Amino acid sequence: MSAPRTLFEKVWDAHLVCAQTSDTPAVLFIDLHLIHEVTSPQAFDELRARGLGVRLPERTLATLDHSTPTLPGDANGERPYATPAAKAQVEQLQANCAQFGVQLHGWDSRERGIVHVIGPELGATLPGSTIVCGDSHTSTHGAFGALAFGIGTTEVGHVLASQCLLQSKPKTMAIEVDGALPAGVSAKDLILHIIGQIGIAGGTGHVIEYRGAAIRALSMEERMTVCNMSIEAGARAGMIAPDEVTFAWLAGRPRAPRGKDWDSAVAHWRTLASDPGARFDQTVHIDAGKVRPTVTWGTHPGMAIALDAPVPVARDAVEQRALDYMQGRSGQPMLGTRVDVVFVGSCTNGRLSDLREVAAILRGRRIASHVRMLVVPGSESVRRDAEAEGLHETICAAGAQWRLPGCSMCIAMNGDIAAKGELVVSTSNRNFEGRQGQGARSVLASPAVAAASAVAGQLADPRQYLNEAAA
Amino acid sequence: MNAVTRIHSRSVVLADENIDTDRVIPARFLATTTRSGLGRHCFSDWRYLPDGSDNPAFALNQPSARGCSILVAGRNFGCGSSREHAPWALLDYGIEAVLSCEIADIFRSNALKNGLLAIVLSEPEHRWLLEHPGIELAIDVRTQTISLPDGGRIAFEIDAFARHCLLEGVDQLGYLLARSAQIDAYLQSRAVVSAGVAA
Repeated sequence: MSAPRTLFEKVWDAHLVCAQTSDTPAVLFIDLHLIHEVTSPQAFDELRARGLGVRLPERTLATLDHSTPTLPGDANGERPYATPAAKAQVEQLQANCAQFGVQLHGWDSRERGIVHVIGPELGATLPGSTIVCGDSHTSTHGAFGALAFGIGTTEVGHVLASQCLLQSKPKTMAIEVDGALPAGVSAKDLILHIIGQIGIAGGTGHVIEYRGAAIRALSMEERMTVCNMSIEAGARAGMIAPDEVTFAWLAGRPRAPRGKDWDSAVAHWRTLASDPGARFDQTVHIDAGKVRPTVTWGTHPGMAIALDAPVPVARDAVEQRALDYMQGRSGQPMLGTRVDVVFVGSCTNGRLSDLREVAAILRGRRIASHVRMLVVPGSESVRRDAEAEGLHETICAAGAQWRLPGCSMCIAMNGDIAAKGELVVSTSNRNFEGRQGQGARSVLASPAVAAASAVAGQLADPRQYLNEAAA
Repeated sequence: MNAVTRIHSRSVVLADENIDTDRVIPARFLATTTRSGLGRHCFSDWRYLPDGSDNPAFALNQPSARGCSILVAGRNFGCGSSREHAPWALLDYGIEAVLSCEIADIFRSNALKNGLLAIVLSEPEHRWLLEHPGIELAIDVRTQTISLPDGGRIAFEIDAFARHCLLEGVDQLGYLLARSAQIDAYLQSRAVVSAGVAA
């Protein structure tokens, strides 16, 4: 009998083309390569310069998301790109996909959207597979028990040309989330809490496996939110063992196996969970029952505290710089902080379940008159489903803007930005200085906190609105 | 990639911890289809004042920092986004080595693939370098040492393959493509059920 292995080790071992030695890294086969317009053009140039093709175009999936405007085109179909360079970047991906035979979910596709939203939607993201993308939030796909991680553009070229990557085996970290999340506390609150506990470099060099009763109880969308932010703890990837929740979510998706293939795939996927006694390099325990609605107070995702806690006192120069940038006042409550902009969207929280949560709070209410709120669905599919439920009407009636799918204000390179000094409550994943606009201040939060804060015009606890709605 | 064996320069220090790749190059400069010319955007929001002039308070704008190619940075340099534009911008700006006691995984991988040395040091050695900006350093990849002006040496660890690639200027894509037969054999050896694509 072989030694017990972790989920990560099973997926890693199954994709070894060449094993790692003391002098050379492993050659790891990549099942699915996701590409977008920002981190791929230089890689395609490299292929052209060397006269190479894409090794397995059917394992490559492209979409437009980062540079794309979220406002519609004009009467002539001209889209309002932020810059000519953004438009050129999109056109370059269109040309590259055409030349190299890669399927592009472009402007005319009903499946276009944020790369980490559409992979799962299409059933291209499957348990036990290896998935990479020139984007650090590729960790999202680990929610399905895939080994999924972000790479640079040089490596995008490697995968295009060889369908493989040179990789050194990372360490493993188990994050055991015991107990149950209290009512009104979301997966976003949980992952912000976790990053606050282990720190933004706590996972460096590791692949995290999220485990425990509170993880098992999460929906697929919630698991994606958790795994998405693994990189914000410095981890290469985050994984959750696939289970019945995973299989039910994937069944019938366009690229998922069908019929007998489905049955044999599920049988295989059931074997992926970490074996009893499998050894992790590190183990962290989190008590889910202690997690409260959580937001960030500073300038990285690890500067996270409970929404009802006061702004902390700086313990060092790093925290003082963050407080100064955020114009935070130590000892003052986070609740009640004036809000200028609210952004709902991104690969962290731009799925249908997120929009439903937002609409539940906005229903029959108006956002504060001084607040600008953008709601950006994660994909065309999310947009269609949301509109079929009338969520867009609720959102627009509340005074928020309903936009076209894309990364939008998460990376803020498409023209959707906040002004200097504005405070943004954002459901995205990064609150770095200037991330959402030069001098803009970002507070990361769950969709429910974002919606409640939009209505209140200040950071607000969503539970008061949800309780009113239920009463 | 050109071979990198030795780097000799005075150091410049950015002591801030957690300098993320958004700070190295903000996202608005990623709308490009080439890798050249990004140096002018390196540390843009830090380096320039709102009117576009140089920020005199920024360490790399000090006259003493001119020509320095070794950056000693605070803990956890390069965290956040996977954008390879960050090492491209640093190299184009003139930085050839980043030293810290912790460097984020993706940045380190991207940097080394471009011949930008990303070297992790022990905390005491890192702290000493942070406290001695402008010191003459000579980094030797072959001996894995950093020589100090007083004759002292700091040893550093670097992944054996990364070191080999730096010293020999190994083309990693060429290395991968040379394993084409193994890749073919791998593909043949497994039943393709797990990839979500037709076999």
